[in-house]
Amino acid sequence: MSEWRIVLAMAACGLITFLIRLSFIAGARWLPNNPRFQALLRYVPPAVLAALIAPELFMREGEFALGLDNLRLFAGLAAIAVAVYLRNVLATIAAGMLVLWLLQWLV
Amino acid sequence: MSVVFEPGPDRLSEFLAGVRAEAPLLLGVVPFGLIYGVMGLSAGMPGWAVVLSSSLIFGGSSQIVFAQLWGAATPGAVTVGTVGVVNLRHALYSAAIARYLKDLPWRWKLLLAYLLTDEAFVAAMPRFRDGPTSAARHWFLFGTGITLWAVWQLATLGGVLIGAAIPPGWSLDFSVALTFIALLVLSVSRRSELLAAFIAAGVALAAFGLPHKLWILLAAGAGMLAGVLLRRFDRGSAHE
Repeated sequence: MSEWRIVLAMAACGLITFLIRLSFIAGARWLPNNPRFQALLRYVPPAVLAALIAPELFMREGEFALGLDNLRLFAGLAAIAVAVYLRNVLATIAAGMLVLWLLQWLV
Repeated sequence: MSVVFEPGPDRLSEFLAGVRAEAPLLLGVVPFGLIYGVMGLSAGMPGWAVVLSSSLIFGGSSQIVFAQLWGAATPGAVTVGTVGVVNLRHALYSAAIARYLKDLPWRWKLLLAYLLTDEAFVAAMPRFRDGPTSAARHWFLFGTGITLWAVWQLATLGGVLIGAAIPPGWSLDFSVALTFIALLVLSVSRRSELLAAFIAAGVALAAFGLPHKLWILLAAGAGMLAGVLLRRFDRGSAHE
């Protein structure tokens, strides 16, 4: 019975996720068609991604962590530098992981 | 008859370009899938359910929230509501991509909505916005989406089977933030986009205490607004 409960719960979560993703794809005609609104949507990727990343780098367990012991902050900044100069996804992820491992090994 | 279903040269090249655009991101997605597998098991989900969640829910952060709430025996309605709120940013993706998909038949809209994850959306957006208008361009998004989907299924399965052998000291969960860092930097090409990112980051940090990760939406909204308002600082600004 508990098997059915978890499947139902996952299916419900999947349905709500799907409906949110479908929302404006299905209802494109309800989106305002003025240039200002279109311009707003241009900023979806940088704004959402920056919002997701900032707490990952600057906070630990819900508290600000700006000290030298926040190794992820430094690894993240190194990854940003690599991304800016090389504009390469693979190099960015690899550099960030390597710097984090190096710092963990040093500290 | 079968010609209808066969990808023409356009469709195939769009599809393959989408696969290629997604491929480097997999370096960050695979460790994330492995870790989710471990996390699901340790939250008390059966292994088959952890694997099944990757196709039923198909969203890394929502699946982690689901596993945490399941482990804490949260009532079903609360779980579904929380996963929904955590996922609201996908409505922004839906809005941003909608105009490019509006003439597609319903089966395509449903399929592409199912595949519309962070990584698939961000990797495909430049193609839609800056690439040539073509009747086959939705195959690009299908390419990014299905690549991520397939690898996510395998990575989750791998996490359930062998994930426990990965030492936590490897900090593989950091690969998610690194993937988003790579995508963020690549999505910034104008000064106003950079400012939008800074404002969003600042608001996210200031509003982090909000429940249900609502700070994501607040920060994204502030960043988007800032971007539009600061457009005049873009070099050679020639918009309407």
